[in-house]
Amino acid sequence: MPWDGRPWAFTTMAAVPQNPDAQNRPLVEARRVAVTFGRQNVLRDITLTIPRGQTLAVIGESGCGKTVLMKTMIGLVQPTRGELLFDGQHLAALTDKELTRQRVRFGFLFQNAALFDSMTVGQNIAFPLREHTRKSVPEVQEIVVARLADVGLPENVLAKKPAELSGGMRKRVGLARALALEPELMLYDEPTTGLDPIMSDVINELIIRTRKHYPVTSVVVTHDMRTARKVADRVVMVYPISRLKPSEPQVIFDGPPDEIDHCGDPRVLQFVFGEAGERLMEMRRLSHVRENGGSLV
Amino acid sequence: MAADTTPAIERSFNPLRIIADDVASIGGVTMAGIEALGEFVLFTLSTFSWLFTRLPRRDTLIPNFYQIGVLSLPVVALTGTFIGMVLAVQSYAQFRGFGLETRLGAVINMTLVRELGPVLAATMLAGRVGGAMAAELGTMRVTEQIDALSSMGANPIHYLAVPRFLGCLMLIPTLTIMAIFMGVVGAFGYSAAILHIDSHHYWENSRKVVGNFDLFCGVFKSLFFGASIALISCYRGFHCEAGAEGVGRAATTAFVHSFVTIIVLDLFLGIGLDNVYYYFWPETQPLF
Repeated sequence: MPWDGRPWAFTTMAAVPQNPDAQNRPLVEARRVAVTFGRQNVLRDITLTIPRGQTLAVIGESGCGKTVLMKTMIGLVQPTRGELLFDGQHLAALTDKELTRQRVRFGFLFQNAALFDSMTVGQNIAFPLREHTRKSVPEVQEIVVARLADVGLPENVLAKKPAELSGGMRKRVGLARALALEPELMLYDEPTTGLDPIMSDVINELIIRTRKHYPVTSVVVTHDMRTARKVADRVVMVYPISRLKPSEPQVIFDGPPDEIDHCGDPRVLQFVFGEAGERLMEMRRLSHVRENGGSLV
Repeated sequence: MAADTTPAIERSFNPLRIIADDVASIGGVTMAGIEALGEFVLFTLSTFSWLFTRLPRRDTLIPNFYQIGVLSLPVVALTGTFIGMVLAVQSYAQFRGFGLETRLGAVINMTLVRELGPVLAATMLAGRVGGAMAAELGTMRVTEQIDALSSMGANPIHYLAVPRFLGCLMLIPTLTIMAIFMGVVGAFGYSAAILHIDSHHYWENSRKVVGNFDLFCGVFKSLFFGASIALISCYRGFHCEAGAEGVGRAATTAFVHSFVTIIVLDLFLGIGLDNVYYYFWPETQPLF
């Protein structure tokens, strides 16, 4: 079979679905996944299935474990308990080299883009191509320019260092880098955080365009409801463990975006409509305790 | 409202509990130390395994070699020169009292070749390069650049730690030789020009005492120093805590740990190499 230019085509042929059953298999499957850092429980019994081609938005308040869940999906964080399957393969069972090969199938847009400071924009976008393909310098250059055009940036930014770019441009360069290898799974970590409303909408449009142009499954972690409503087919809301009873599930909503406004769970509605609610009472109580010389521990 | 002002948990005085807490915290610190040591050993093994499986690309090696070797050369040469001159200043008064000024070269050169040259070059490297490596890698950790490398299927140890390790390991012998050379030149320059010590006897006495094995000892020790600096600094950078304070702490601990390791290694390597020397050459040339 001739190489189609995609790096995993010659490195992990077995991983690429060849039959209809494999095509119907979910791309990502989390089975009762739990993550603990020291004594802090971040995720508890998360069970989630992401079919191919779906755009899933994971919403929830800051610190509830959204980013940890996403990093667990690609093996950047190891689950303390439970199983994570990518394309039917247990990530925990893979060796470092096998995991590296699988990661070529992921694209990750980090919250602050995580561009390499020491490299130019061009070198940043070319990095995955140079690392994983045997393409010549002109071929790499051609792909870099094409990806840059995909995210609406001119060629003259190629020679700039990330420090010279605005937040929105950095995000777009990060997206171009993540798309360089045409991944099967795109992960967006807070793609619109810290951007003005216009640039946020540009990023939302880019996420939608990416999905149209590439056969990609996407996971978007966000606390921006506008982004969740605009880009997602399905929304999952994760709630902080510290606010849950031991018997309660951590995923408190799982459904299409247009159903979330009519959800019966007040915790979901509180988040969707951005109401402080009982948090304001908690803050008042804590400041009252402090003012009266009480200890919090 | 009165109930709200009550502290959440009030601890009553209980001596047994205090002792138990102390024992628990000692246990916690011990466990954390053992865990850190284990992680460091795994980090070192991973670095070595990449050395034998796949070497880094040239374009990642050369900038690191330039940073570690070329940019360290002036500072190592300068400190070497002044250390040599200081040794001459400090030793002269003592040797003059016994009328042994011409033996100054033997003592200074022996000290520089076997001990001060390698330790000085390593200390300068730990301060100039080790701290910078820990801070750079720490910043990369904090800004998720190391996660970005992993997410793109590039192994961070192979891409970031191995070039720095190779740079330190391969270039520290050169820096050590430069430190020794400049120290020897500085000491001789001061002794001959300022102290008016006879050059012929100065060099003749040095030649009798300082041999090739001594130079080998200096260079051999420097390899261990270079490897320690790179491994400790990269490890500290990779395990940097969040925020500016975390990066600062990583840089400081990288230098402190590297320096302590250099001194401890120097002692044990010195003892080991002396034993090797006496095993092969039991008849040694006396200093006086």
